[in-house]
Amino acid sequence: MKFSANWLKQWVKVDLDADQWAERLTAAGLEVDSVEPVAAAFDNVVVAEIEACNRHPDADKLSVCMVNDGSPERLQIVCGAPNARAGIRVPFARVGARIGADFHIKKARLRGVESAGMLCSARELGLSDDHSGLMELPADAPLGEDFRSWLALDDFSIEIDLTPNRADCLSIRGLARDVAANCAAEFQDRAVPPVAAGSGESLPVHLLAGEDCPRYAARIIRGIDATAKTPLWMTEALRRCGSRSINPVVDITNFVLLELGQPMHAFDLDRLDREIVVRRGRTGEVLQLLNGADVELDESVLAICDGAGPVALAGIMGGAASAVSGTTTNVLLESAWFKPATIMGKARAYGLHTDASHRYERGVDPLGQVRAIERATALMLEICGGVPGPVLLQEDAQWQHVQHPIRLRHDRLNRIVGLDFERQQVEDILTRLGMELTFSDGSWTVKAPAARMDIAIEEDLIEEVARIYGYDRIPEKPPGGQLAVGSAASHAVSTMLMRQSLCAAGYQEAINYSFVDRRMLEAVHQADTALPLANPLSAEMDVMRTTLLPGLLTSLAYNLRRQQTRVRLFEIGLAYIQQDTLHEIPRICGVATGPARPEQWAQPARKLDYFDIRGDVERLVALRGKTKLSFTPFNGSWAHPGASALVAVDSKPIGWCGAVHPAVLKALDIEGEVFAFELDLELLQQRKIPHAGPVSRFPSVRRDIAVWVPKEVSFAEIENVVQGVAADLLQNLVVFDVYHDEILKKGYKSIAIGLILQNVSSTLVDELVDPVIHQAIAALEHRLGAHLRG
Amino acid sequence: MDTIKEIQHRARAEIADCQELQRLDELRVAYLGKKGEITAQLKALAHLDPGQRKAFGAAVNVARDDLTLAIADRKRVLEAEALEALLMSQRVDVSLPGRGEQRGGLHPVTRAMQRAVDIFSRLGFDVATGPEIEQDYYNFGALNFPEHHPARAMHDTFYFGDGRLLRTHTSPVQIRVMEQQDPPYRIIAPGKVYRSDSDQTHTPMFHQIEGLLVGEGVSMADLKGLLHAFVNAFFERSLAMRFRPSYFPFTEPSAEVDIRWEKGDGAAPGWLEILGCGMVHPNVLRACNVDPERYSGYAFGMGVERIAMLRYGVTDLRHFYENDLQFLRQFH
Repeated sequence: MKFSANWLKQWVKVDLDADQWAERLTAAGLEVDSVEPVAAAFDNVVVAEIEACNRHPDADKLSVCMVNDGSPERLQIVCGAPNARAGIRVPFARVGARIGADFHIKKARLRGVESAGMLCSARELGLSDDHSGLMELPADAPLGEDFRSWLALDDFSIEIDLTPNRADCLSIRGLARDVAANCAAEFQDRAVPPVAAGSGESLPVHLLAGEDCPRYAARIIRGIDATAKTPLWMTEALRRCGSRSINPVVDITNFVLLELGQPMHAFDLDRLDREIVVRRGRTGEVLQLLNGADVELDESVLAICDGAGPVALAGIMGGAASAVSGTTTNVLLESAWFKPATIMGKARAYGLHTDASHRYERGVDPLGQVRAIERATALMLEICGGVPGPVLLQEDAQWQHVQHPIRLRHDRLNRIVGLDFERQQVEDILTRLGMELTFSDGSWTVKAPAARMDIAIEEDLIEEVARIYGYDRIPEKPPGGQLAVGSAASHAVSTMLMRQSLCAAGYQEAINYSFVDRRMLEAVHQADTALPLANPLSAEMDVMRTTLLPGLLTSLAYNLRRQQTRVRLFEIGLAYIQQDTLHEIPRICGVATGPARPEQWAQPARKLDYFDIRGDVERLVALRGKTKLSFTPFNGSWAHPGASALVAVDSKPIGWCGAVHPAVLKALDIEGEVFAFELDLELLQQRKIPHAGPVSRFPSVRRDIAVWVPKEVSFAEIENVVQGVAADLLQNLVVFDVYHDEILKKGYKSIAIGLILQNVSSTLVDELVDPVIHQAIAALEHRLGAHLRG
Repeated sequence: MDTIKEIQHRARAEIADCQELQRLDELRVAYLGKKGEITAQLKALAHLDPGQRKAFGAAVNVARDDLTLAIADRKRVLEAEALEALLMSQRVDVSLPGRGEQRGGLHPVTRAMQRAVDIFSRLGFDVATGPEIEQDYYNFGALNFPEHHPARAMHDTFYFGDGRLLRTHTSPVQIRVMEQQDPPYRIIAPGKVYRSDSDQTHTPMFHQIEGLLVGEGVSMADLKGLLHAFVNAFFERSLAMRFRPSYFPFTEPSAEVDIRWEKGDGAAPGWLEILGCGMVHPNVLRACNVDPERYSGYAFGMGVERIAMLRYGVTDLRHFYENDLQFLRQFH
């Protein structure tokens, strides 16, 4: 809502400067977005008349005017405006005038002709963007009058960002009431005397949807001049409130809307068929609106109809066919109340948003219809002439809006706000807000003004008292309360620990949007379970991600394009899998490319490989304590078939790690190899409380074994066999060499392992160790086709 | 044959000249060893007259002690020199870079969020979570947003076309907590939220921290005290704070909170909005079967990106989701 401070000051006695306006309104919950002067800074500009206007002898586009500025002398002014002509009154900047910060008007010679001042356009004075010519003033503008004070241009346009509950402040009158309460100033309500009817004529009004529209005021005015010019004071008032002048009839309804908050509509009476019927729309009905759009109606919308059919979308916009035009002579004014819930969302559904719908959705004063129609009638007669009929107020008694009294308990008010209000304080505040109240037994019974449709319960009144008292005056109570031990589970690995652990491993945390391009999920063959958005911002963000991988790969590619050669990124977030039900699965995902280690003088450069990424996963899993972790070949179609593994914790698969499939990288335009992991967080975060076992006081023994095994035998199988045999003695098993030599031993590979054996109760002697080693070798030979290397 | 004095004199000269530990040991053997010259002198004592024996014996002992000391001294010197030489040979260019992994870092949003969570944890708030794909009821209905209410239009919502939506705020977690537990409540709910808005000052996904405290006798004064304590702790300075009346369907009274912020560019400090809050609306309490006559409480919600921008001097919101390493590495 944008309004003029001067207009407001006609309704409430306050005088504030720009900063004070911003501060006071904002402090009362009417957030000020901007405070702008309504005109440029200028002085010494007066109303003047061009008495004669002749062509400049040496310039086609200039004219030489004789100007009467109210002083006895006539002044010669050279002017370039196309509309300069004798007989018009215009703003005139005298010699010595200042316009804006540094434009001073001096005597000048233009193409050899003297000029003693400047005739002004509206833009030069900061009144509008109109620079097409001189600003033409009404013929009765007082000659010689200071232009600034004549138009009261020492004024501000104040734009406030109103919350949806404060519909009452969508008018000058409503704002004035609130400002009066807020500034402890006097609210000067302006009486609207009824305009006597000059005829008995009225159009019948039928309210067929009483719940939606229980009040409808209408009035016929015949014989108006729709071509009359809107007076400057009105166009100025409208301009300062951000409203453009259109024609006098529309300007008048807009003016009343701004002043009183009551949306109004004017129909061309001669284009209405017999009557007004307010009813729900019917499927199949089509209405062409004022803006030219055809809209289809149905049962959900409220329509204003005449005897033939819909003529307006109630509370939103009038129809084109019955609109007022330059040839209109007879009008029907409408001033109605529609239930907010009936109008809510309807304009939006049609892609519309109008000043009327904005107000009706939020709630218009249920009792303001007649006031508005009287005010509009008076203005109409003043500007366009005409003969009014009587106001016809049609009401449906069953659905009249009733403002119920609300109980406000003094002690509850104090308890919720946290301070002790005095009774007088509270009563002052509420009374200033226009509320009626009585007090008994520690509580007030309060009746809010009809326009305050947001006041419905005790809390609403508590807010009003606190708001006008000033939130900033409410004390601050230091945090307190009973101490309680919150959750401090040591059996959960925090994501923070995981993050820090990956940071230490050289990964940088990234955050990607949860929605991705479906094609990205298709590239990693995980689009089947993706949940699409009904209203995505763009095709690049049209489905919920089922995996964090594409987002991180995109970030990786982004960085590769920006000269980063070694990129390691991770992200913790949800994957959204839509199956029979939706699963929001917390995941941790990492991607890495480039050299295995940062470039360094003392260590050889090495390519990143599967075992680097597996190591990162192992250390991540290690955060949960002793874990049975397994890596088995993985067949995810987005992963390299020979260099990726399914990761399982306690035999439950939790994700994968390894090389990303080259086809995926190609689809994403990424060169080089990329390794990645993506793991479900749930199991990773679960850990057992560590439990102390016996610590052996006896030394351990290490025995190394090197065997040839068929190439397809995995280390995991060897490990299994050895563990099965060595059982409790085996403390640790290390692999210290793996190689194969096609010439030396075709189809085989050599694996060398070290067994670290230890006993809890005695020193291990050869007699105990040797049989275990022999059994292990025998088992490897027997079960895996291994033979000992010579 | 040299006199004992002469032997001693010669030995001392040789010890003093000795440059190597091994040579020094050879000298020790040559003079003081079993077959050494001084030892030989001692052995010769037996052949002397008892009258001479005492004086000569004393002289040999003096010489032996003297040389023992001299060798020990020399040994210390040579050892010190050898150690020094060894250390010098092991000297490295300490200005060369170290070996190993380069540390990564946390995302600034995570950093700010964790900082906020830590502060609220110290104030006794537990962390609660809820789904991001929500039902209309939790995101709006239970929070007192009537259908088609203009307040809903303030939330540009992503829908899935089947009644589900992406939560537009973390406030649904309030409802879920109140449904599942009995009062009192003291929780925060950090998380991602979504609005279909994308420009210089909006990203379609962002982060909020919701707070909810409900108990007996909780007032706006408590809310003000808590938030001011939080803000001062988060920014590690005493900041002026302003509570402005505002409107959220799920709180009444409602407020927006500004802090007085120095931009650091010499301009006068201005008010910057950092969060919304209010006293939990009785309709919301009732929807969760909490008796508003007995319990009252407050709720607040703040944008994590906003406080991260202020704390870390980030000037463009969009940097947060580009994941440019050059940007991210600044927050290690």
